[in-house]
Amino acid sequence: MLSCKDVTRLLSESMDRSLPLGKRVGVRFHLLICKFCARYERQLLLIRETVRRLVAAEDRPGESPGETLSAEARERIRKAFANP
Amino acid sequence: MPAPREFRSQVEKERPYLVRYASLQLRDADAVQDAVQETLLAALAGEANFAGRSNLRTWLTGILKHKIADHFRRQAREAPLGDGDLREQPDPSAFDGSGHWTSGPTDWGGNPADLYREKKFLDQFTKCLADLSPNHANAFTLREIEGAGTGEICKVLNVTETNLWVILHRARMQLRRCLETHWFKKSTGKGS
Repeated sequence: MLSCKDVTRLLSESMDRSLPLGKRVGVRFHLLICKFCARYERQLLLIRETVRRLVAAEDRPGESPGETLSAEARERIRKAFANP
Repeated sequence: MPAPREFRSQVEKERPYLVRYASLQLRDADAVQDAVQETLLAALAGEANFAGRSNLRTWLTGILKHKIADHFRRQAREAPLGDGDLREQPDPSAFDGSGHWTSGPTDWGGNPADLYREKKFLDQFTKCLADLSPNHANAFTLREIEGAGTGEICKVLNVTETNLWVILHRARMQLRRCLETHWFKKSTGKGS
């Protein structure tokens, strides 16, 4: 069983590489039953998304930033928000 | 190709943009000025390399990115990562002995998706980033602002991939906590 401490570490790692299947399943299962870790993931993704939009806004001052996320990243965020 | 004087003034016109760009990544005003100045000098010296083949701003930004990476490389050399940087838990009180949250992340409420529109949030975010140790902040910057891959970041910071994951984990955890404390508690006025 993964602890919350393990899960926070793996959530960060999953933002930098794709986790091995076993770990990915372990994390997903934990997120179904742990409100705090699910929230932690949403917040990390929100920070990532916000940073990207800030950068995009700086690149084109005066224009409203467009979509900067890849389809895969959008999908991950959508899923994360669908499981509060 | 524009005349030298014209090229110089076109390059100079991009200075404010380059300063904004560098300010997002370097958290020190002197470092920003140095990086931009070096970029402009390199551009003027290398005018022949530009020769109108790409967008001037894109070309200058490319040079600036190298100058920023040089700065990160220097910082990593001057202050190599110590054991403290790699201790896994940045905030030992976040979890109890069995690895459960002692007090979990609070509800950030509202509609945080629009955060990037708030000028003050950018200021707070920059402050929180500046609170991290330089190598942690630089790793986060390269990964999340610059969008660099982990292999590239490892080379700049001279760390192994495993260490980089630890560094990024710590950086994200600390940044999240800082934003929660200094932004979300104030702006939403609610915790959980």
